[in-house]
Amino acid sequence: MIRFLAGRLLSVALSLLAASIIIFLVMEVLPGDPAQFILGMNARPDTLAALRTQLGLDAPPLLRYFNWLFGMLHGDFGLSYTYRVPVSELIMQRIGVSLPLAIISLTLTLLIAFPAGILAASKRNSLTDVGVMGVTQIGVAVPNFWFAIILVYVFAVTLHWFSAGGFGGWNKGLWPGLRSLVLPSIALALPQASILARVMRSALLDTLDEDYIRTARARGLSRRQALWGHALRNALIPVLTIIGLQFAFLLAGTIIIENVFSLPGLGRLIFQAIGQRDLIVVKSVVMLLVFAVILVNFLVDVAYVAIDPRLRRRA
Amino acid sequence: MTAPATTADTRRAGWLYQALRSPSFMAGAIIAGIFVIIALGSFVWTPYDYAAQNIPNKLKGMNAANWFGTDQYGRDVFSMILVGARTSIAVAVIAVGLGVMIGVPLGLWAAARRGTLLDEVIMRANDLVFAFPALLIAVLITAIFGPSATNAVIAIGIFNIPVFARLTRAAAISLWTRDFILSARVAGKGAARISAEHILPNILNTLVVQITIQFSLGILAEAALAYVGLGAQPPIPSWGKMLADSQTLIALAPHLAIIPGLCIILTVLGLNLLGDGLRDIFDPRLQRGRR
Amino acid sequence: MRKSLLLLALAGVLASTTAITPALAQARTDLTIGIQLEPTNLDPTTGGAPAAIRTVTVLNIFNGLTRIDKDGAVQPDLATSWDISEDGLTYTFHLKTGITFSDGTPFTADDVKWTLDRNRAPDSLSAQKQLFTNIAAVDVVDPATVKITLTQPQGDFVYGLGWGDAVIVSPKTAETNLTNPVGTGPYQLGEWVKADHLTLVPNPNYTGDKPSLENVTFKFISDPSAASAAVMAGDVDVFSGFPAPELLEQFKADPNLQVLVGTTQGETILAYNNGRPPLDNIKVREAVSHAIDRQAIIDGAQFGYGTPIGSFFPPNDPAYVDLTDISNFDPEKSKALLAEAGVPNPTLEFKVPPASYARAAAPIIQQQLANVGITVNITNVEWADWIANVFQGAYDYDLTMVSHVEANDFAAFGKPGYYINYKADALNALVTQLNATTDPAKQIALKQDIQRQLANDFAAGYLFEFANITVANKDVQGLWENAPQPITELAALSWAE
Repeated sequence: MIRFLAGRLLSVALSLLAASIIIFLVMEVLPGDPAQFILGMNARPDTLAALRTQLGLDAPPLLRYFNWLFGMLHGDFGLSYTYRVPVSELIMQRIGVSLPLAIISLTLTLLIAFPAGILAASKRNSLTDVGVMGVTQIGVAVPNFWFAIILVYVFAVTLHWFSAGGFGGWNKGLWPGLRSLVLPSIALALPQASILARVMRSALLDTLDEDYIRTARARGLSRRQALWGHALRNALIPVLTIIGLQFAFLLAGTIIIENVFSLPGLGRLIFQAIGQRDLIVVKSVVMLLVFAVILVNFLVDVAYVAIDPRLRRRA
Repeated sequence: MTAPATTADTRRAGWLYQALRSPSFMAGAIIAGIFVIIALGSFVWTPYDYAAQNIPNKLKGMNAANWFGTDQYGRDVFSMILVGARTSIAVAVIAVGLGVMIGVPLGLWAAARRGTLLDEVIMRANDLVFAFPALLIAVLITAIFGPSATNAVIAIGIFNIPVFARLTRAAAISLWTRDFILSARVAGKGAARISAEHILPNILNTLVVQITIQFSLGILAEAALAYVGLGAQPPIPSWGKMLADSQTLIALAPHLAIIPGLCIILTVLGLNLLGDGLRDIFDPRLQRGRR
Repeated sequence: MRKSLLLLALAGVLASTTAITPALAQARTDLTIGIQLEPTNLDPTTGGAPAAIRTVTVLNIFNGLTRIDKDGAVQPDLATSWDISEDGLTYTFHLKTGITFSDGTPFTADDVKWTLDRNRAPDSLSAQKQLFTNIAAVDVVDPATVKITLTQPQGDFVYGLGWGDAVIVSPKTAETNLTNPVGTGPYQLGEWVKADHLTLVPNPNYTGDKPSLENVTFKFISDPSAASAAVMAGDVDVFSGFPAPELLEQFKADPNLQVLVGTTQGETILAYNNGRPPLDNIKVREAVSHAIDRQAIIDGAQFGYGTPIGSFFPPNDPAYVDLTDISNFDPEKSKALLAEAGVPNPTLEFKVPPASYARAAAPIIQQQLANVGITVNITNVEWADWIANVFQGAYDYDLTMVSHVEANDFAAFGKPGYYINYKADALNALVTQLNATTDPAKQIALKQDIQRQLANDFAAGYLFEFANITVANKDVQGLWENAPQPITELAALSWAE
């Protein structure tokens, strides 16, 4: 186990290093200059030069790379060019939206997908199964931003049940914040839940077909017992993979949904920062997201091994 | 050495029979077929020029002259949908093609050298691509090279590479231990030849299923990119762009949002059904609609 | 459990009604204003160019020596009056006394000198440094008097001091104004939830008239559809610079809303790259100008909101002349001109910045030019890219579209290296004459000559004057209809009782 962990950790570290180089290089070739963007159309060359010096943009690239890298290792992400506040402060504010949004949508996803998947698997080929599969088939096909637009139109513009966008903030209590996340999490959760329900169902059916379950059932284990007692545990491996991927997706891949609902989350932070050439923010947040995905993958790998120690050899 | 060929033959013999018996396959094939025909047909005929504007006639609902109404420039939505099918399908096809062309050889190579450093590097590089948030990479690619359909293809294609590399490697590795491969090696064939002549034909089925799925994801991705303004440039219509343009008008002209949305949903649904059907046909053991 | 929750809710309702009852007679004191872009920081002097910084802070948190009123006229602010010497080189400003910054520091002439000296210093970070480059010296005469000496006469100098870039800051807090602005205005920063909203609350040290609004929230909604949804859902009381003109008919029909349509200083133009073939040929520029149907663009992209212009000059200016006939919509003439120029079917690169007016108009322009045989390739670019490759001297474009929002900016067309790449000798001669003229009638005549010069040279495709659209709750009073500068004067706003 320790060798396995050490190997995986080394690979995690190398991946992060490679990612940091890629991100830095991409930022270098991005056209446009932060100072020019900040000072706008009437900027004079001497003003631009003064601002570049103040922002530290005139240092050689290699020096800037190592400054950034070592800064991050110390938890110092630098100062945002446009907001002029520490990047870490911006990230913390935005995580306050993105993390709850990801957690709520994932919870919603699990709450829909698990019962639906189990129900469909336990009543294979019944009308329920066909119905669940039909609905999820459509759910997979719906673009989440389209679903979001429809939700806004129905529940905010027409019915006035929720606000159309924006974030109430957590400082006024739990509900105003939570309220602004309801529609976005539904929009995010529907397609994810459809995918997960389908994975869940087929994983359960796969394990129910395995020889040892057939043997157990031949020995008198009921289908229900087989399902709950054995199949579920083994079906968890593919399901965990998907959940890990979905969580990573929900943390970063919500830019469009954040835009539809004007939510100040991490995705929109990067999106705006790219437009404003706030490169220091882009670099650090993309790095953070990559780190999150790699970490989730690592944890999923470890979880695999915990569930099924046989896998250790393969890794 | 002849054994796998024979099974492949028997499979092929019953192919049509099984296809006709699979409702998912039939439904999927019909829906996807309609959209492909629409896309190809739009080269020959559309009721109006998709770019022709008629501003006094803007935002009309469905009517006899403009079946799907008109948009905010008075353009015929039906014609735009037809041509939009072309854009969506072209972007998705080329992006998946890119993933297959690069991903499959990488996967085959990694499988042939499984357990070596090369294998490890290829697979970790794939993981790394997955670790980047896809839409952000698309935004960055666009920021560097400018928005265009080509760059949308590249952005979607990049994320298809690891999908096919992983799948190919996993499927190929299981074949490398089989007897017929072993006999080929004994016969002195090199790894590259074995991969091309024996491994690839035997994983084609798996690939075809995945291609269908990636194709449907590609259509969704194209819509998402076009929605944030990163796809085809005006006046070339795309379903995602039509959705984006319709958003402020939803209260005035809801059909502008609903029609392209339904087209996306139907196409993706059709392709997914087709994928499920194909999987059932290729792999009877799984005959119950996986995924 | 459910019962106790119900009781709790009931108690809450009772408590709030008792709290509200005595207040019913009074007008509301809170207001939520939607704006499209978030200010990146709150210092208009060093924080860069974004208009949103000014929209939030000018007249609310910060004041300048002068201010621009809702009609675009210069009014006294921190300076109660000023004297100008005969030669137009010395300005003596008499300052308000008894004023303090919101941190309690008294405001004196030293702050004025310090601020202006910082703005014109070699390492100045002012985005509008051109306002201050003519200053030769700033002298403190006494704590309530400042004398400014110029190197050469500058007719619009006091107007320039009314820009947000010229507000007076305290040296004590100048460094932290970016995130914690301290000024002399009636408001100070309450909270700022980045990317969502910020609030302004009364400045306790403010000695002027107490403003009617006590809690103002600026909510940032960049997406036009989210903006319209927020208005329809009642999430914002006012939306200034409303980005979706297509919805105004619907809002006008809503008895709970008022829609104000005013003017801006925004001449929206289809800029030509005057230095690159084929648009270096005046015949081709003329052909493009005649191919454009302004009204169709205003109707199609702005849903009818906007005034056609025929030169680079705002229609609400007294010196304005209507020159739209010089470049009237005439496709046949356009084709003839193209044939004459020897390029019947040119291809032009159209770089479109991410402003919604430009993105909406680009397909229409593309179609109109296609009708006379010109192929237009649209490339949507980001602002950063646009500034670097179109605006700041790279000249990498044939056509682009932008709204020039600054007052009296016609002279910019003659600046060497300006993005439209225009041979401006005739224009510059007129501008020099104008600066040397003090007679108002002659000034008007010269400004009209300038308009004709620009129109006859087809230096750009003059499209329309941008409309300033505000959508608000019908009970909000005191809103500025026009936008002569990016300013939201909160002290002028109140709720109807």
